[in-house]
Amino acid sequence: MIEKNVLEVKNLNVQFNGEKILQNLTFEVKKGETLVILGPNGAGKTTLLRTLLKLVPYKGSIKWTTKNISYLPPQELFSKKKLPPLNIKDFFEFKKISHQKIIDSLQSVGLDKNIMKKQFGTLSTGEFQRMMIAWSLVNNPDVLLFDEPTTGIDIGGEETIYSLLHKFWQERKLTILLVTHDLNIVWEHSDKVLCLNKKILCTGKPKHILTIKNLQELYGTGIKFYKHKHGGN
Amino acid sequence: MHLILAIIMGIFVGGSAGYIGSLMITKRMALMGGALGHLTLPGITLAILYNFDVSIGAMLFLLFGITLIWILEQKTKLHIENLTAIVFSVSLSIAFLFLPKEKTSLALIGDISQISLTSTIFTIIIALIIFFTSRKLYSDLILIRISQDIAKSEGIKIRKNNFIYLTCISLMVALGVRIVGGLMTAALVAIPAATSTNLSKNLFQYSYISMAAGSFSCLMGIIAFKFTGIAAGPLIIISSGILFLISLFFRK
Repeated sequence: MIEKNVLEVKNLNVQFNGEKILQNLTFEVKKGETLVILGPNGAGKTTLLRTLLKLVPYKGSIKWTTKNISYLPPQELFSKKKLPPLNIKDFFEFKKISHQKIIDSLQSVGLDKNIMKKQFGTLSTGEFQRMMIAWSLVNNPDVLLFDEPTTGIDIGGEETIYSLLHKFWQERKLTILLVTHDLNIVWEHSDKVLCLNKKILCTGKPKHILTIKNLQELYGTGIKFYKHKHGGN
Repeated sequence: MHLILAIIMGIFVGGSAGYIGSLMITKRMALMGGALGHLTLPGITLAILYNFDVSIGAMLFLLFGITLIWILEQKTKLHIENLTAIVFSVSLSIAFLFLPKEKTSLALIGDISQISLTSTIFTIIIALIIFFTSRKLYSDLILIRISQDIAKSEGIKIRKNNFIYLTCISLMVALGVRIVGGLMTAALVAIPAATSTNLSKNLFQYSYISMAAGSFSCLMGIIAFKFTGIAAGPLIIISSGILFLISLFFRK
């Protein structure tokens, strides 16, 4: 069955202080698809996600077929310090949801309900990211935009985060737009890859896109990668 | 009668100052409250010279000062803190040019000895508006503090919220100058929130303990004024400071 597009982007351009950050991007994302955005530092990946949410000025066209979108920025963009006494329960109550829904949501990402009493800024990096996944999914969004979800998390923690995302993708038919550097994740979890370095260098299914030639063009020479044995899509 | 009215007014002003102050400390804006307090002084001076309510004079000059800061920010791109410092120091200097010497303490540290029923009712209404408006904005403003991007993606209108918030702060300052004067409004909003930070484990406790600490400080300050005859403004702030010191022993 052919799924409908949930996002259509045409001739998208973004510039800050005269510097071109994104140039002529045109792509689409289908409902239930997982799109991974790959690119070196400074390629405009975070700007692309922020632009898709219309958080920055842009030229071109961005058409969403849903308004029910959740966004998780990179952890370093959260202010966790200099906050008032704010526990996790308070933070979930910003979404105006029931106590039971908070518990269910936390348990769905493998967190104990006692975490509700913990202060917002005291969670470990892994706990924080799982809590944020629960928070962003608690209102059943159609689309999740996720930027560098495993920065600062150890290998075991990374696997947990991506397994969770995969679980929710399967259960809820989520559409996911994900920024990551981890090529294993691209092989295992993505339907489509978009290679970005200010402009789109390549786009398509991982098995067609993740070639040494493309990756060298994207990241520069000297890159090595090991094709995932279980195959992609 | 004046004392009862002063106590009622103090409880409402102190409570709403404590409540909105719990948001101001979060946004590191407590010192802004002080600058705005100074900005009211020309308005208070006018009110004294032409014999009308000091809160109305204060509000007029706050409106003028904030508009001026906003225009300068658009024109110069200087930091809002810089511009506020410039505008408030010039305001302060202008106020002293015209302020009669014998009325200086009234302008600087407030006066609750001659409070009318009308001004008490007016103050209560404004204090309630400040409380209910800031309560409605509370979670949105905290979320903006945590992440502007998440707040925007959740549909929160940041500019609109900040504008309403700034208006509430200005109203709060205009009410605060009546009881603690133009010099000490920052303390009126900042100390109860600091006290509450020491005593609270969650956001609900934090905001309402701050409100209670604000009201209680005003109550104690005004009662102390009755027995000592010293101006209520400094006594309110000293009461607030004592509450803060006590809270240090019960830090959570």
